[in-house]
Amino acid sequence: MNVVYLDNNATTQVSGEVMSAMMPFFGNFYGNPSSMHTFGGQVAHKIREAREKVAELIGAHPDEIIFTSCGTESDNAAIRSAIYTAPEKRHIVTSRVEHPAVRALCAHLAGQGYRVTELPVDKDGRLDMAKYESSLTSDTAIVSLMWANNETGAIFPVEEAADIARERGILFHTDAVQAAGKIPINMKQNNIDMLSISGHKLHAPKGIGILYIRKGTKFSPFMIGGHQERGRRGGTENTPSIIGLGKACELARLNMERENTYVRELRDRLEKALLTAIPNSRVNGDTEHRLPNTTNISFEFVEGEGILLMMDQYGICASSGSACTSGSLQPSHVLRAMGVPFTMAHGSIRFSLSVFTTPAEIDFVIEKLPPIIERLRGMSPYWGPGKEVCHVA
Amino acid sequence: MWEYTDKVREHFLDPKNVGEVENPDGVAEVGSIACGDALKLTFKLDENQRIKDIKFKTFGCASAIASSSALTEMVKGMTLDEAMKITNQDIAAYLGGLPQEKMHCSVMGKEALEKAIENYRGAPVKAPGEQIICECFGVTDKEIERAVLENNLTTVEEVTNYTKAGGGCGNCHEAIRQIIERVRGNKEVNPILKPRLSNIQKIKMIEETLEREIRPSLKLDGGDIELIDVEGNRVLVAARGMCATCKAADITLKHFVEAKLRDLVSPDLVVEEVTS
Repeated sequence: MNVVYLDNNATTQVSGEVMSAMMPFFGNFYGNPSSMHTFGGQVAHKIREAREKVAELIGAHPDEIIFTSCGTESDNAAIRSAIYTAPEKRHIVTSRVEHPAVRALCAHLAGQGYRVTELPVDKDGRLDMAKYESSLTSDTAIVSLMWANNETGAIFPVEEAADIARERGILFHTDAVQAAGKIPINMKQNNIDMLSISGHKLHAPKGIGILYIRKGTKFSPFMIGGHQERGRRGGTENTPSIIGLGKACELARLNMERENTYVRELRDRLEKALLTAIPNSRVNGDTEHRLPNTTNISFEFVEGEGILLMMDQYGICASSGSACTSGSLQPSHVLRAMGVPFTMAHGSIRFSLSVFTTPAEIDFVIEKLPPIIERLRGMSPYWGPGKEVCHVA
Repeated sequence: MWEYTDKVREHFLDPKNVGEVENPDGVAEVGSIACGDALKLTFKLDENQRIKDIKFKTFGCASAIASSSALTEMVKGMTLDEAMKITNQDIAAYLGGLPQEKMHCSVMGKEALEKAIENYRGAPVKAPGEQIICECFGVTDKEIERAVLENNLTTVEEVTNYTKAGGGCGNCHEAIRQIIERVRGNKEVNPILKPRLSNIQKIKMIEETLEREIRPSLKLDGGDIELIDVEGNRVLVAARGMCATCKAADITLKHFVEAKLRDLVSPDLVVEEVTS
């Protein structure tokens, strides 16, 4: 059975070019980049090139990039560094819709006596900037707001938020794991101090990430060990993955336009067709400021896990914000923060595309999904005559 | 992804007895859309008072649909007394087992069956004096008691898996713990009488507890603690590392360190911080 992979916000396929770039570093090029000999030195040279490519994708200087093991490590390193380097400050500002890497860490720090402000969002997942501004105090050690939301694709105005933090001398971190490679990022034109990226969301392998640290930002390392990454992150370099990430960033830069034309068109086609074919369905989250590859659609009166398992029969891969799929008993914290009604939240499905998605795959989903929803609604005690409402504008 | 058995998949992908029986003898609706799963069960009896037809409509995950389907297949042809004997474990067993976190689906099936039978017999739907314990999912003390008894549950987490109680805000965890204790027979949680300790034994136990139970948690946050002296029941300690500069350190000392030491060494201990 063919796999129709529309779950690229969960992880992406390692592209062929990335894989070929990596292979030699599992083989002959196994030298330690820190070694004095040429054999290791040639690997160090390749790492330097990879670092340049990563920097180029986000308009940074290579010295501002440190390689980490994943987005979660980058988020931890950024936030923990901010509070270590300013021990007198005891306040953190974040939002209610952050990824667990930030959210759970902030909850953990709250347990240690930090004051944490979790900014609310409106029904479309938008931040209230006035509320944000008034939450900042002289006690605020760091602001951490995601660039784009993994569940809805909604984009926060992080550059504007960073300007406001900068005016007050407050460090600003953003989790750009979903944004990187999908929308343009230029660190030369903003005031963001730290930024996290994860490799496996942009066609590099799992187990590699980066933290961008603006020159001049005080930094206290999270991983203490050797002198690697200029003392900012100990541990022998994950050479093959670093090379892979460099290649992936180079490709992402070249594919950026395609992401915002080809991928966006496919996403829009999928969304429009599903909303038209399926009554009582709607899109969750800001559709104006949104990643080009993501759509989060709710189908009223059915439950997400059932939809996913029935799509799975056709090899279609997606995600759901329903309680049953999360392992907890409540629907996703993002949808709850947005106040999505329960009838809708349990039946939410996220489709996330990539440059590898084909029009035929989209047509396949458009053909297969409506009967699945109809079938599950046929089993639902809440569905029946008179329930049907067409939400398509 | 959940590890569902083939039987669960089969009953989800091709469920039996979906729909509503016309002019039913018994009807029940349990669960709610807010809770994430709900089940409407209808049945009709034949002339011999056996279940002739039974149908369900379910909103919920695959295991909720499969449990409903399994239940209807199991009780067809049974008398109501026979059907009343079906337990949630029988439903799970029929399906070849359910993941622990999904056991509440089988409990929902059992509840719906009972309610539908009570509906037919005209018995009271809710036992008097029932009290809602979990407000997030509307679970009562009786429901929790039953799940604990019938499934031999011992922890709050298990109760959540079987009844959903405690799966939301978590405010009722203490109440659930008390129900577990009551049902399982330790009516009063008597403090276990500890033998009197000599001073040397006491200091040794305090040191061990600090090392094993307390330091690892503090170290996670870059902190540490040092035992300076023990005078009678006064435990004198000094905060180290992050704890030395942490404004929440005295809260940690009272609520964590002292509580642990009282719990594990002696209930009379008082922890005091000294600067040294």
